[in-house]
Amino acid sequence: MTPTYYLVLSAALFSIGAVGVLVRKNAIVVFMCIELMLNAVNLSLVTFSRINGSLDGQIMAFFVMTVAAAEVVIGLAIIMSIFRTRRSASVDDANLLKY
Amino acid sequence: MTTTAHGIESAAWLLIALPLISGAVLLLAGKRANKWGHLLGALVPIVLFVYALMLFFAVKHEHNREVSRHLFNWIHVGRFSIDAGLLLDPLSLVFVLLITGVGSLIHIYAVGYMSHDPGRRRFFGYFNIFVAAMLLLVLADNYLSLYVGWEGVGVASYLLISFYYDRNSAATAGNKAFFANRVGDVGLSVAIMLMFAYLGNTSFQTVLHSHLSNGVASAIAFMLLLGACGKSGQFPLQTWLPDAMEGPTPVSALIHAATMVTAGVYLIARSAAIFDQSQSARTMITIIGAITLLYGCVSAFGQDDLKKVLAYSTVSQIGYMFLAVGLGPGVYAIGIIHLLGHGFFKAALFLSAGSVMHAMNDRIDMRRFGGLRTVMPITFAVFVCGYLALIGFPLATGFWTKDKIIEAAFDKGGTSGWILGIAALLGAGLTAAYMTRALVMTFFGEKRWEDDVHPHEAPKSMTLPMIVLGALSLVGGYLLIFGGGVQHWLTPSVGPSVEEGVHTVNPTVLSILTLVVIALGAYGAYAAYGRKAVPVEKPVAVSPITRAARKNIYADAFNEAVLMKPGQWLSRALVYFDNRGVDGAVTGLAAGMGGSSSRLRRMQTGFVRSYALSMLGGTIAVVAVLLAVRFQ
Repeated sequence: MTPTYYLVLSAALFSIGAVGVLVRKNAIVVFMCIELMLNAVNLSLVTFSRINGSLDGQIMAFFVMTVAAAEVVIGLAIIMSIFRTRRSASVDDANLLKY
Repeated sequence: MTTTAHGIESAAWLLIALPLISGAVLLLAGKRANKWGHLLGALVPIVLFVYALMLFFAVKHEHNREVSRHLFNWIHVGRFSIDAGLLLDPLSLVFVLLITGVGSLIHIYAVGYMSHDPGRRRFFGYFNIFVAAMLLLVLADNYLSLYVGWEGVGVASYLLISFYYDRNSAATAGNKAFFANRVGDVGLSVAIMLMFAYLGNTSFQTVLHSHLSNGVASAIAFMLLLGACGKSGQFPLQTWLPDAMEGPTPVSALIHAATMVTAGVYLIARSAAIFDQSQSARTMITIIGAITLLYGCVSAFGQDDLKKVLAYSTVSQIGYMFLAVGLGPGVYAIGIIHLLGHGFFKAALFLSAGSVMHAMNDRIDMRRFGGLRTVMPITFAVFVCGYLALIGFPLATGFWTKDKIIEAAFDKGGTSGWILGIAALLGAGLTAAYMTRALVMTFFGEKRWEDDVHPHEAPKSMTLPMIVLGALSLVGGYLLIFGGGVQHWLTPSVGPSVEEGVHTVNPTVLSILTLVVIALGAYGAYAAYGRKAVPVEKPVAVSPITRAARKNIYADAFNEAVLMKPGQWLSRALVYFDNRGVDGAVTGLAAGMGGSSSRLRRMQTGFVRSYALSMLGGTIAVVAVLLAVRFQ
């Protein structure tokens, strides 16, 4: 099985995530799309690790996972507190910080 | 050559230090010194005069009568070195005696004159600083130290002219004097730079004993002459001097008649060795002197302000001194003697004018005087002494000193000698005429003053110095000329007086001719002003000459049209360019930045998704560029 397919899959997942971030309003869904992008990147890192025969990519993937876990904790906490004050989880409603 | 100072001479620096310290104390001590400030201020010049007399007798016994006192090494950079020192020689001592002697009398007078003035302490502070600067000017042993004194008297003069700074006219007159002096000072500074460039040193010892090429000598001489013209109120820089009368009268007497304005004459006499090397500069001095002496006489006719008449008279008399020092070796001493005599009688005239002003509620318009002879007998007597001395009445000061200059001018020989001689002779007649006019309008005729004026004689502190100066005006000239004493005394500094040359006109004939001209002038003025009543208002229908004389022969108008107006236009154009051009560019740039950034700010909408889109767009653009570079 050629590793190229994994890369195509990774690109597809990344694109889906990116489009999701751009078009969805719900903060939770946007968040999930970001997770999707991160994992797409993880997939490509692992793939390249396999292609090159070195462990660097896999180590990077572990780092990404750690960061993603931390980010989820903080991000969900922020979304929760915004929801409590504004009764809305839409990213378009949280637009006070502007010109 | 010169002797090194020893004994009493080595403390000569006190001459400068004492008035400087006293001036600083008066100006810095504030109100605390109000009670005794004027007494300290007046005491200092008296002490200096006594010390100067002691110095005079000490130096008299020295070999060659030249004593140098080295003070300190002022600037030392590599091979470039300037020493500060004092030079006590006949010329400088004569000036020191004049400054401290006449200065003491005028200081005493000022104690009475300024007694009701709230700024009296400040006045004496400035006065002492002036004395310090003037003494530095005449005692310096190099041109650079002289320049310091030169600028110092300029500053003191400025401060004293605009002493009544709340009066607009006084402030303007101070500025005018300062500007006119600046023009002259540039000349002196250029001369000093030339000395540095060609001789590497400015000490009198070096400069006056070296042979310069003709061009360099002429350049230095002309630049020195420009400086002298500025300080001495000579053509074409004369217009500041009459306006300087805005200051208190003692200032006019000391600074703008007796001492500071003669600094130009001192400079030329001191630099005699340079002027000896340049015939053209010397001719120029005589021309300037002749023009100025006639200019001053004619302008004095048009003035109704007594002090202005005396101011133009000063301009004219310094013209005589310039004429004398320009005539060359042998006549220097006569110029200096006229300077000394002028110091006496002009101070006497100014002090009595001040006394008149004091009595007339500070009014100075001669058309409002008249008949003061009986009310103020002492002032009248002193004024008459000064008057006789100035016009050259037989046996009074001017008769001895001014006639010698007229004689020397004729003796120059050739066409130029005749022109200069006739100018000087004409000037003597005109001097007699305008002084008679002033005398008659002030002291004779009907009284024309207003009802609220109650003229009275001045207090003792004012009349005593006046009497001394009046007496000196009468007999001073004889004492100065008697036995050629001063001429012999000055010989080491300015060379011997050549008296017995070839006379173009027989001296006796010339003397009689001069007296006739003076008598004609005095009689003419008496006929015009003494016989009929003087109108209180200025007559309007007058001849063009009178109109020109009233406007000081359009010198102010000329300066205004040729120098001031173009200067104003230029500065206005520069201001316009600065506001529109420079400021426009700077503020335009700032406004452009502000405008564009306020438009750019609109991109920050607050919608997170649009930020995400721009991040994605940016990332894609960067990747696209990288790929384009990688695979081109």
